[in-house]
Amino acid sequence: MAEEKKIKVLTGNEACAEGALAAGMRFYAGYPITPSSEVAEVLAEELPRLGGVFIQMEDEIASMGAIIGASLAGTKAMTATSGPGFSLMQENIGFAAMAEVPCVVVNVMRGGPSTGLPTLPAQADVMQARWGTHGDHAIIVLAPFSVAETFDLTVRAFNLSEQYRTPVILLLDEIIGHVNERVTIVDPGSLEIFNRIVPSDPPDQYKPYRHTESGVPPMIAYGEGYRFHVTGLAHDETGFPTNSAAEIGRMLERHHRKVEQARDHIVQVDPFMMEDAEIGIVAYGSTARSARHAVRLARETGKRVGLLRLKTLWPFADEEIRSYIGQVKSWIVPEMNLGQMAHEVEWALAGSAPVTRLNKVNGDPISPPEIYQIIPG
Amino acid sequence: MFNYESYLRLDKFPLIWCSGCGDGIVLKSMIRAIDKLGLSKDDVCMVSGIGCSSRLTGYVDFNTLHTTHGRALTFATGIKMAKPRLHVIVVTGDGDATAIGGNHYIHAARRNIDITVILFNNFIYGMTGGQVSPCTPKGKRASTAPYGNFENAFNISGLAQAAGASFVARATVYNAVQLEKLIQRAIERKGFSLVEVLSPCPTAYGRRNREGTPVDMILQQKETTVSVAAAEKMSAEELEGKIITGVLTDVERPECREEYQKLIDSFRKEG
Ligand SMILES: Cc1ncc(C[n+]2csc(CCOP(=O)(O)OP(=O)(O)O)c2C)c(N)n1
Ligand code: SF4
Repeated sequence: MAEEKKIKVLTGNEACAEGALAAGMRFYAGYPITPSSEVAEVLAEELPRLGGVFIQMEDEIASMGAIIGASLAGTKAMTATSGPGFSLMQENIGFAAMAEVPCVVVNVMRGGPSTGLPTLPAQADVMQARWGTHGDHAIIVLAPFSVAETFDLTVRAFNLSEQYRTPVILLLDEIIGHVNERVTIVDPGSLEIFNRIVPSDPPDQYKPYRHTESGVPPMIAYGEGYRFHVTGLAHDETGFPTNSAAEIGRMLERHHRKVEQARDHIVQVDPFMMEDAEIGIVAYGSTARSARHAVRLARETGKRVGLLRLKTLWPFADEEIRSYIGQVKSWIVPEMNLGQMAHEVEWALAGSAPVTRLNKVNGDPISPPEIYQIIPG
Repeated sequence: MFNYESYLRLDKFPLIWCSGCGDGIVLKSMIRAIDKLGLSKDDVCMVSGIGCSSRLTGYVDFNTLHTTHGRALTFATGIKMAKPRLHVIVVTGDGDATAIGGNHYIHAARRNIDITVILFNNFIYGMTGGQVSPCTPKGKRASTAPYGNFENAFNISGLAQAAGASFVARATVYNAVQLEKLIQRAIERKGFSLVEVLSPCPTAYGRRNREGTPVDMILQQKETTVSVAAAEKMSAEELEGKIITGVLTDVERPECREEYQKLIDSFRKEG
């Protein structure tokens, strides 16, 4: 019999919940907030059926703490929220980064700052996703542009968090979260799933933060006969606090190295009509849908324009953008914020080509004609 | 002589605690209680927040987690819900649990989740040098209450009782034998169990409030506390300024994780 495939019509939020379950997520903690609540609602229904845990916490600080605890206990865990809740999560996202605890945080972006625009889309948390918690830290951030891709990137978010022992942030926006689209649900058995590497050392030799070549220390759960310590304080390989400048430097350097040296695996872009493009658009999330449309319109009039769509926002796709130096003469970066990623694009290009920004922060999505109009030529 | 060593990470000594700090007495009482219960070290998960008292988790040979300020109960909730076979014990200070962590504290008690909380009440923020806490008694001095605290203090145990905890007890380091027994009962009792321990901080609280030597502070606990049994026979005037110690609540109530398990099992039966 041919591989069984199911077609479902889902919203991005529903696809996110389904993707998480397919990835093996069995612990969800969260606090309701528009436009993300459907993620929680689906999981409240599904998780107990699968023997997993759903718990609504008292706030987003608690939600983040609970998923870290669950992950340390050996369960793949996640939470979902939107702007105001994402702000509250920053403290413990920093803990997850420092203590290298795999977990997935979904932020369905809405307009801010503050309570802002609860029901309208934005892409203004891109920098917060990178730098929201205090201190230098490594992080991985993904941004899907369709419902189907939300399923795929949610699975990927779990895989990356398990593989690199780091929190992974999945940035949806209100449009992706709420739009209905067809998704082909593959048999979960056919998905590639990565589970954290467990130590091969016996308990008395286990170092929870061992300096391995990959930069990722093997990880065992609490209650498995390995009694170890986890702290948000700077620590050495054994996990205990240290004041040694050498040890602290070595640890923080490793946190960055484990992501940086894997950047070719982590960073994904989707080039669309870029082969001969002289004008490049860099876009992500729902804005990339409009950008695709604008590229098609412009191609009909003979303009050599293409879209370099970012699936991974952080680490930033600087090398991928630089690979077009010489070919692409100018760039356009449309985004529903005041230029957060345009800045990165400019930085990557270092003045080698001009970058035009197209920004909108009033809750209105950026439409294809708006992008089309500013395509030169 | 009781052998504490097998429960301690002696290579992490010396402790950061000041000499004369009450926290060491609590640590030893906790170890004796766990030993009496015969719990395997592998099955104990100890979670703490931030503060002098919360540093305890670094010194004990269990599965240990030192979290963020006020948030220990949230991490502990995740652990207990994900792996209910673990005995989850939270170590927290009065500021940690009732100021920054106050919301988590009442909600964990409301859920009646099977977590034992050992709350070190020293009436002050010890670690940061003696700032006023929600548990600093009215009139007492702190570095941020140099003219005396003008606010009312929390009744920590009362909060847990009102929120729905199964077990609530108050103890002193003066009566370490009782403290050990109360910790033992708190761990045994299914549901949210609190032992509020009055643990003197001579450095950041005692000195500023002229409470004398560490020994004076411990002896003073004898004068200021009355047992639950004695308090029942005392009038409101007589109880003025006294702190009641002993078991304040001990009831069987549905426990959060077990209730959730019933839900999981109901689907299993459906098949
Ligand atoms: C978010 C945050 N705010 C403030 C602090 C600083 N801080 C560290 S410990 C502490 C107070 C601890 O007091 P308490 O919980 O009573 O514990 P004790 O030190 O007295 O045992 C504070 C305010 C912090 N670590 N994190
Ligand atoms: S400052 Fe107070 S609470 Fe902290 S260790 Fe010293 S005596 Fe103990």
